[in-house]
Amino acid sequence: MKRLILLLPLALFLGVAVFLYRGLFLNPQELPSVLIDKPLPAFSLPDLKDEQRLITEKDLKGPALVNVWATWCPTCKAEHQMLNQLAKAGVVIHGVNYKDDSVAARQWLKDYLDPYQVNVADPQGSLGINLGVYGAPETFLIDAQGIIRHKYVGAIDERVWREELAPRYQALLESKP
Amino acid sequence: MKRLLIACLLGAAVGLGLVGAARAAIDTYEFKDEVERERFRSLTEELRCPKCQNQNIADSNAPIATDLRREIYRMLDDGRSDKEIVDFLVMRYGDFVMYKPPLDSRTWLLWYGPFGLLGLGAIVLCVLVLRRRKVEKAPAQVALSKAERERLDALLKENRDTQD
Repeated sequence: MKRLILLLPLALFLGVAVFLYRGLFLNPQELPSVLIDKPLPAFSLPDLKDEQRLITEKDLKGPALVNVWATWCPTCKAEHQMLNQLAKAGVVIHGVNYKDDSVAARQWLKDYLDPYQVNVADPQGSLGINLGVYGAPETFLIDAQGIIRHKYVGAIDERVWREELAPRYQALLESKP
Repeated sequence: MKRLLIACLLGAAVGLGLVGAARAAIDTYEFKDEVERERFRSLTEELRCPKCQNQNIADSNAPIATDLRREIYRMLDDGRSDKEIVDFLVMRYGDFVMYKPPLDSRTWLLWYGPFGLLGLGAIVLCVLVLRRRKVEKAPAQVALSKAERERLDALLKENRDTQD
C-alpha cells in the first residue's frame, strides 16, 4: 500500500503527459461549428451573376457543398482547381462570395472557370456572420433539406475530399429520398 | 541627472501621445451616451476574436473582428441587451467567443476542479501532520521485546568492534 502511494506522482505525471501529448496534435484554429445539424440561416441576397435576382436559402439545393470564397483570399485560389474537378465529377457546389467586389469575382470565375451552381453575393459579410464564418475558405456540407451536416475550414484538397467530405457527401446522396 | 530625468519625461509624454492617437484612429463609432460607450467597450473586451484567438474583439485588427465590432455597435444601437448580444455571437461562433466560459455539465470540472484540488491538498496535509505527531509521541512508549533487545545489543557490539 505504502509503495503504491509512492507511485502516485508518477501516475499523475503520466496522466498529464498523455493529455499534453494529445494537445500537440490538436489544431487550436479549428472551432467546432455550432451550426451542425441546424438549417442554413435565412437570407435574401443578390445572385453574383445577375444582381437583380435575389437568392434565398431555399435556392441552395442539397445535398451540396456550400463554399465560402473571395478573390482576396489566396487559399481560395489554391483550392479552386480542386472545386473545378469536383464539379466536373458531378458534385453539387454552391458559392458564397464573401465580402468581395462582385466585378472582380465575376472576372475570377471567367478566368479560372466556374464550379458553382448558385453563387450568392455577400458583400457585407452578413450571411458570413450568420454562418459563423471567421476566415475564407470555409465549406459547409448541406443535406437535401438544407440542414448543415459538416463544416470544413481551409482549402479542400485531394486528401480532405477523400477522407473528410466524400464519404459524408455520398451518405447524404444515398439517404436522399 | 536632471537632464536625463527631463528626457525621460519628454519621451513618456510623446509615447502617451502616440498611444492616444492610435486609439483615436480605431474609435470611429458615435455613441448616444457614455453608458453605451462603456457597454461597447466592456462587450468588445470580454468577447474573443474567432480568427486571432488570443485577442479580444476590441484589440484585434482581423477583418472578422472589425465586422463583429460593427455588428455589436449595430445591436447596441438597436437597444438590445448585453445578454442578447452575447447570445447572438455564441449562437454563431460557439462558447469559444466568451473569455468566461458558462457553467454547464461540460465545464464544471473547469470551474470547480481547482477548489477540489485545494480540498485534496488540505486533506493530504492534515493526514501528514497527524501522522507525524503520532510518530513523535510514539518512541517513548515503545518498549522493545526481549529478542529485539538482544539483537540491538549484538548490533551495537558489532559496531563497536569494527570501530576499534
